[in-house]
Amino acid sequence: MPNMSPKKNEMPSQAPDVRNKNFLEVALGYTQEAAVDEAQRCLNCKHRPCVKGCPVNIQIPDFIHQIVEGDFEKAYDIISESSSLPAVCGRVCPQENQCEKFCVRGIKTEPVGIGRLERFVADLHNAQENAEVSKPAPNGHKVAVIGSGPAGLTCAGDLAKKGYDVTVFEALHLAGGVLVYGIPEFRLPKSIVQKEVDGLKALGVKVETNMVIGRVITIDELMGEMGFEAVFIGSGAGLPRFMNIPGENLNGVFSANEFLTRTNLMKAYKENSSTPIVKAKKVAVVGGGNVAMDAARCAKRLGADEVYIVYRRSEEELPARREEVEHAKEEGIIFRVLNNPVEILPNEDGNVGGIKCIKMELGEPDESGRRRPVPVEGSEFVIDVDAVIMAIGTSPNPLIKATTDGLNTQGWGGIIADENGLTSREGVFAGGDAVTGAATVILAMGAGKTAAAGIDEYIQNK
Amino acid sequence: MYKIVTKKPLNPTVTQMEIEAPYIANKAKAGQFIILRVTEDGERIPLTVAGCDKEKGTVKIIFQVVGATTEILNHKNEGEYIQDFVGPLGVPTHIEGLKKVCVVGGGVGCAIALPVAQALHEQGTEVHSIVGFRNKDLVILEDDFRACSDKFTIMTDDGSYGDKGVVTAPLKEAIESGENYDMVITIGPLIMMKFVVATTKPFNVPTTVSMNPIMVDGTGMCGGCRLTVGGKTKFACVDGPDFNGFEVDFDEAMRRGAYYREFERKAHCDACNLFKKEVQ
Repeated sequence: MPNMSPKKNEMPSQAPDVRNKNFLEVALGYTQEAAVDEAQRCLNCKHRPCVKGCPVNIQIPDFIHQIVEGDFEKAYDIISESSSLPAVCGRVCPQENQCEKFCVRGIKTEPVGIGRLERFVADLHNAQENAEVSKPAPNGHKVAVIGSGPAGLTCAGDLAKKGYDVTVFEALHLAGGVLVYGIPEFRLPKSIVQKEVDGLKALGVKVETNMVIGRVITIDELMGEMGFEAVFIGSGAGLPRFMNIPGENLNGVFSANEFLTRTNLMKAYKENSSTPIVKAKKVAVVGGGNVAMDAARCAKRLGADEVYIVYRRSEEELPARREEVEHAKEEGIIFRVLNNPVEILPNEDGNVGGIKCIKMELGEPDESGRRRPVPVEGSEFVIDVDAVIMAIGTSPNPLIKATTDGLNTQGWGGIIADENGLTSREGVFAGGDAVTGAATVILAMGAGKTAAAGIDEYIQNK
Repeated sequence: MYKIVTKKPLNPTVTQMEIEAPYIANKAKAGQFIILRVTEDGERIPLTVAGCDKEKGTVKIIFQVVGATTEILNHKNEGEYIQDFVGPLGVPTHIEGLKKVCVVGGGVGCAIALPVAQALHEQGTEVHSIVGFRNKDLVILEDDFRACSDKFTIMTDDGSYGDKGVVTAPLKEAIESGENYDMVITIGPLIMMKFVVATTKPFNVPTTVSMNPIMVDGTGMCGGCRLTVGGKTKFACVDGPDFNGFEVDFDEAMRRGAYYREFERKAHCDACNLFKKEVQ
């Protein structure tokens, strides 16, 4: 008999006024008891709608069933068949728009906490001593993967499991891509990412950091003298956008990428870090996505008294996950929706002193289907701040396109790839944000997976 | 990890190192830069490539001890290793087709001006070099400059070596005396480059400046290195580091460059104290 409780088992979390002063993980994870209780809420529906909502097709009812049975390792194995990064996805996937959106329990009450169960299973597995990994028999084919974010890691993992000799090239000094430079420690502890990368290395994947492909080695060289038969481009969307408003180059205006990279990758939140970060007292974060929430919550943790989210549409349209918005509010982030910055003003020292915004109202729906924000004439006002963080999106880095002849891209920079991830160049595949523009970890993983299958087929049929 | 193959002090605060990095040595061109981290948990700092030896697979860097990271780097010896070394980054200096160029270097910027002068010399360009230092003790790379320059002028602020004065004086003189430069390429402190541009602009001599703003990743990801060039925002790491000097907003660049000065000063003191303790 399933557990008919209308609500999910609550996720134990650090209290808001405690956690907004530290960088430790916010959500603490289910106990075994809570996990089994939550798993019993699953109706094990015959038509399995949740699976259709998962970009990598995890057999969700099957792994949940194993939790009910108490065979957590088996549950992990079922997830692993489809996902290479369960501990990551259990934390950062927007389940409310994917698996949990289609959960039958969700029609009348809260859906099953699928993400929380995934995390429970993955964490329990990771807490064990490393089991002996059996390296697959090599098949003698070399593949290069550019970028070690979720797309690259997934692609590399899937190919390595098939026996390919895979080398991952990462531009930064640490593997993980957005999982290490972007998503903060309190949402995704870096030790978890490291564990996933170590797992790939145990499978035989080579990870070469400090390699900016396009500059130090081109794709033509990889496929020529270096002997790689196929290349996967998972270089992400790392180029920050700015608004092009006056005052944007004042000291104290940062891209979210810079602010988060200083904080996360360079660990500027630690007292002894050698990378400086300015600890502003009043901060405006422009944008309403997950990156904006991450930046705002980091600023708060770094000691800011007032942190504003400035967003031009209404709260309904905030692109961030609901859970992140709620967490941010609990931690004291102030939401100034329906406001759009028009200018950043200097203080007497020439650094940021304020942000001038104009009030917006919602007009007719635009091409995205959301109601277009329209400025209210004469409604300008100033918020006093000493730092502004621009979190209004990123574009794909043009370096690989610029150094690879015959690689076709969209006007806005995204690499063009077909349904198997194949680009306009033979043997060159691409996926993740480099193709779609900034999206989610799980979609990038899905693309890495698709491309791995595409690469396998390409090489086997050569 | 990247091995320090050679280390040589050029003056009391400027050091030259050759780092084993064969891929970079094979690719780097004059005007490009690398980013390094000396230790795990260290900061990432950009340094312009001062030369490469493809056979040995080494990249030459020349740095002045100005902060914590360069202090720690300067305490590393031959045979030791640095944590990270990535490049070549940025766009190489455009030198194709230039017939006659004046290269103007200031202080440690001369280390970056030299490979540009050498590359110009190698392709047959007539090279006039003007280099400036605060005083005689700080002069570096004089012989190397002489070897690749058709004309060579050295200036010191206090007149303790070469001519007394700033680099813009002989530059102005040369332009006024009818030296028709296709281009002036200048690398040095921002204030010097600003005045070089102020000198060349009235004569409309195209002037390239090499910008070295604060960076984190160096690959276009953070935007910390942004500058206003011709009214538009540019990223020095991917759009530069070279820009048309007439269009660069130097005052803004100087403000941005000073943003972390207090932090840097304190970090440098801490690093020095650490080394003092080790000595005791």
